[in-house]
Amino acid sequence: MLKKGSIAPDFELKATPDQNIKLKDFLGKNVILAFYPADWSPVCSDQMALYNEMLKYFTKHNAQIFGVSVDSSWCHLAFQQDRKLHFPLLADFEPKGEISKAYGVYDEEAGESKRALFVIDKEGKIAWSYLSPKGINPGADGILDALEELK
Amino acid sequence: MSTLKPIVSKIDHIQGSDNASIEIVEYGDYECPACGDAYPILKEIEETFGHQIKFVFRNFPLQKAHQFAFEAAVCAEAAGLQNKFWEMHDALYENQYRIAEGIFEELAESIDLDLEKFKLDMDSSAVKDKIEKDFESGVRSGVNGTPSFYVNQAKFDGGVADLYQMLKESSE
Repeated sequence: MLKKGSIAPDFELKATPDQNIKLKDFLGKNVILAFYPADWSPVCSDQMALYNEMLKYFTKHNAQIFGVSVDSSWCHLAFQQDRKLHFPLLADFEPKGEISKAYGVYDEEAGESKRALFVIDKEGKIAWSYLSPKGINPGADGILDALEELK
Repeated sequence: MSTLKPIVSKIDHIQGSDNASIEIVEYGDYECPACGDAYPILKEIEETFGHQIKFVFRNFPLQKAHQFAFEAAVCAEAAGLQNKFWEMHDALYENQYRIAEGIFEELAESIDLDLEKFKLDMDSSAVKDKIEKDFESGVRSGVNGTPSFYVNQAKFDGGVADLYQMLKESSE
């Protein structure tokens, strides 16, 4: 898993079936990457629901959050609409798990991303990272502490 | 290990004895089904352990997931300004299945609140600030869903049934 101080590997992933997100377009802004195993599973849903409530806190810290899993953009779209999520979910779908692997948070056995959080600073460097046990929703206190330290 | 920030103080809603050895803090949402399920079990815990337990409720409304969660929290806090926080808290959970537009005044009437004052307090920015502060304290304390429990300031990783079990075992 990539640690504090590493350059965050760039990526281009689908946020919707016809829109791509490039990490390097967000230089100058803080970025939160929340890798999670799968859409629809109960723990992740709670985790994403929590981040959904916290968008105004992230905005206050000039931060953009992205969820990342190996689900396809169509699956993300349905999940997002069902849970009324107001932030992008990125599809690490083809080649499967490529970006999760680049960040060192791919679970080869399950074929899913691990549950991991990264805070990336305005220069594109990893400022904080955290790997959560699979069944445990890591909450958001670590993210906020990391964002505060960036000031 | 996540811990409660800030610790319980006079601005909190506290039920039970000041000298209790076990302090349970719940971060909850009045429209969250899991919190609704936890409500009767928490009552049972309070009955079983009596004066050993101090119970505190803090607001953690998931506004984007639950349409009336914030308004329900405002409603309980507004009742609190007439010293009837817990009556409203109980009424909200007991009527969770029918929480919708218009129910708040009906509940206010059912617990004999001064309705004029209640309506004014429902619009009060101080009440809304209190709820926002509760939410923020929850995030800081590592709340990761509702309900989340803290026992003597330490985050309890489990549901209300696990909490009950743990208390039973530790009292044996």
